[in-house]
Amino acid sequence: MSTLETKPATKQEVLHEYILRLADDRLILGQRLSEWTGFGPELEEDLAMANIALDMIGHASSLYEYAAELSGEEDRDDDYYAYFRDDTDFKNLKICELPIGDFGFTIARQFLFSSFSYFLYEQLKDSEDEQFAGIIKKHLKEIKYHLRHSREWVLRLGDGTEESHQKIQTAFDDIWMYTGELFDMDDVDKMAVKHGIGADSSGFHNDWKELVVNTMEEATLKVPDFNQYMQEGGRRGFHTEYLGHLLAQMQFLRRSYPDGEWK
Amino acid sequence: MSENGEKLNEWPLWEVFTQPKTGAPHEHAGSVHAPDAEIALQNARDTYARRNEAVNIWVVPSDQIVSTTPDDSGAFFDPADTKPYRHPQFYSVPRSVKKRK
Repeated sequence: MSTLETKPATKQEVLHEYILRLADDRLILGQRLSEWTGFGPELEEDLAMANIALDMIGHASSLYEYAAELSGEEDRDDDYYAYFRDDTDFKNLKICELPIGDFGFTIARQFLFSSFSYFLYEQLKDSEDEQFAGIIKKHLKEIKYHLRHSREWVLRLGDGTEESHQKIQTAFDDIWMYTGELFDMDDVDKMAVKHGIGADSSGFHNDWKELVVNTMEEATLKVPDFNQYMQEGGRRGFHTEYLGHLLAQMQFLRRSYPDGEWK
Repeated sequence: MSENGEKLNEWPLWEVFTQPKTGAPHEHAGSVHAPDAEIALQNARDTYARRNEAVNIWVVPSDQIVSTTPDDSGAFFDPADTKPYRHPQFYSVPRSVKKRK
């Protein structure tokens, strides 16, 4: 099924698509973060990033499981969504697939994404779909921790040495054009809101901006222009050149040995 | 420490104490490197309390811990050797107390 052409119509199809998007964001960013394992700037930070990566992949996994249930296809499970779809099937935001860059880039991206996730999940925990709301509530605690961790590091890098300040400022400047997509509302989002299962991101856009601006100012960083040119397309399966390489690495083993098992 | 006495470019060390449940005493769990107290707490959480091991964490700069040295051991601990009466087990329980159990 090429998901580029099909549009969800029923409430169940909308929820399926909505959940897949959330799951894809988390799987792809979790996979990216896991690249730090063994390469962190300090042993403790290495552990912290591996922990956050595992949290995010865990979040993706439970969302995929629910999506599999909603799809009505019997042979689907979380592995199907993670390993057996191609790049155009993935609906993650582009900000999630960008390479890890330096530590400052990873922190800046995590802060922007985790703060967005926090406000989004605060809305979604009241979703009318109880099973979905249950999953969201369970993950929210961990997201708060991811936000705390990345925010504290933004403050320290921004208000740290001249070098750390310059590096994380460059990171924010480079990532900025990928932040517009966080708040794009397309048909799927609007239908999810109409059915009472999704969230209207315009409702917390200002809260998010305020947190980002306050944090960056406290970190003595310059906030880029919110009205600059913004990237989009991830939600429709259009991605940067980086996603294909990430998927190749992530999916290779499973596709080469589809029925392989740990013994 | 390097030759001129300056510290190496490494984060300070913190000792981590975790409390397994409310009301229980904090126990030494290990140590972490961190640039400041808040990050030390986060690192301690990631290293020692990620699998439900704790409800509360203390971190203390390692250089603030005051410890006895091996040289002290004689003077500090040996005098206790010959004083079993300092342990409650040394005393036999009176019969009247036993009866009440």
